[in-house]
Amino acid sequence: MIAEAPQRGRWAGLVFQCFLVFSLAVGVITLIVLFGQVLIDSQGYLDTSLLENPPSALPELAGARPAILASIYLAVLVFGFSVPIGVLTAIYLEEYAQKERWYNRLLELNIQNLAGVPSIVYGILGLAFLVRGIGLGRTLLAGSLILTLLVLPTVIIASREALRSVPPSIRDGAYALGATQWQVTWRQVLPAAIPGIATGSILALSRAIGETAPLLLVGAVTYVRFDPTLTSAFTALPVQIYNWIKQPQDEFKLLAAAGIVVLLVMLLVLNSAAILLRNRYQKRW
Amino acid sequence: MTDLERKTSEEVAATSTEAAPEEADIVFEVEGLRVHYGSKQALKDVDMRIYRNRVTAFIGPSGCGKSTFIRCFNRMNDLIVGAKVEGRIVYHGEDLYANGVDPVEVRRRIGMVFQKPNPFPKSIYDNVAFGVRVLGLKDDLDGRVERALRQAALWEEVHQRLNDNAFGLSGGQQQRLCIARCLAIDPDVILLDEPCSALDPISTSAIEDLIDQLKKQYTIVIVTHNMQQAGRIADHTAFFSVETQPDGHRTGVLVEYDRTNKIFTNPSDARTEGYVTGRFG
Repeated sequence: MIAEAPQRGRWAGLVFQCFLVFSLAVGVITLIVLFGQVLIDSQGYLDTSLLENPPSALPELAGARPAILASIYLAVLVFGFSVPIGVLTAIYLEEYAQKERWYNRLLELNIQNLAGVPSIVYGILGLAFLVRGIGLGRTLLAGSLILTLLVLPTVIIASREALRSVPPSIRDGAYALGATQWQVTWRQVLPAAIPGIATGSILALSRAIGETAPLLLVGAVTYVRFDPTLTSAFTALPVQIYNWIKQPQDEFKLLAAAGIVVLLVMLLVLNSAAILLRNRYQKRW
Repeated sequence: MTDLERKTSEEVAATSTEAAPEEADIVFEVEGLRVHYGSKQALKDVDMRIYRNRVTAFIGPSGCGKSTFIRCFNRMNDLIVGAKVEGRIVYHGEDLYANGVDPVEVRRRIGMVFQKPNPFPKSIYDNVAFGVRVLGLKDDLDGRVERALRQAALWEEVHQRLNDNAFGLSGGQQQRLCIARCLAIDPDVILLDEPCSALDPISTSAIEDLIDQLKKQYTIVIVTHNMQQAGRIADHTAFFSVETQPDGHRTGVLVEYDRTNKIFTNPSDARTEGYVTGRFG
């Protein structure tokens, strides 16, 4: 009797474990196969000319230098715009807003929903409002602003999460010493939340780097031979890859594979930075 | 209580050397204090006087409003949404709840230490210096930090590692650090909200010794779950209890307030006697 019951439990457990491993395998194997395939395809094209040369009609000369540079500029600009705005918004919502007021609840609901809006919708907004409305034109600046709008809800949500995880006892302790709300927020709560904010913001940023659709709409062009500036036309790495894949010649498809490797490396670097930050500043309470 | 026991306790009360309440200066004069959380009344009409350089303890069962009450003295209840405090707490002639009183100013004079040690995620030094920096006092920061740590009987244990993170200290040390943090801004009154409830007996005894030292210089109000603790350290003790309203809400009431000796040996109220003799609560 005693031996039988666990036996049945063991079978159920084994089957369940199989499902777990299978589910895990779906994701991991797909990723490995994709990455492996891309790496194999990129052979011969993954070299310094890819990083140094502008695009060209000749696959053997073509590179992605303007696209890589533009993607880096975009990353820096998006980070610079979205983190201050996002963090300040989060501080307002978490520390200052009276949560039972209807307008604050509305704001909150809005931000949650904005995080789920498809990126192409942001692209249309950018085209209508930024490119034409205020006349920024099809520039790198317009592209970075639209990506900022895209990731802002995610940055806000991540920052709020980080602020909320600072225990109330820290706030109480600071208030009890006669600190004002400003001092409590800036000297205690925000510093304690910075690792969480940084991690969330970097992850949001890596989403922005991989975006193509909204950039196509605000006019990232696919053939740019010069290094981008704030107010110049621009392309971005995902856009460049998309363009190469569309070309009829097979060589361009291999070139696209090389571009994908570069993009993946950029994303991996960003995500590792986020993980490092998170591990370095583990929760201390 | 038998007649013999009662006689003994009266003798104890009579021979007690502690000052009668009336002999000391009054720091707080509480008049008709009521606290509501939303529509629920948490504390009912409290009148009480707190005396200078005395230790005043609040005891009572859970939910009797003693923590709610102590948080009224430095206006910490202001931070709780929906909390409403009515009545007066006159502090050196000034009502703490009058219009125009800045709660930040109040908290600079009336310090507080909480139930669970809550050091900031910073170095030991920065923990103690925080309040001083917030006040904008820049001169002799090192001296202030050292004095506060000495007063809290922590200096000997930490002076060689002032730049280490405060989380590396033991629970008892963390609580003494919180006391040092509060002393560094030189308050007038120290409120202690069950400061030993998360500590082991040895740390508890260290904190009790400390309180005994500190009352020479400060006025101390302490909430405690531990009756023996009140008996050991308090000059005056207030016993709070819970009244269940007809609609089922539980409201805290002040049952009896007197010299500690009297509360423990010869209480006037049957409820106090039931509690201190361990018959309920």
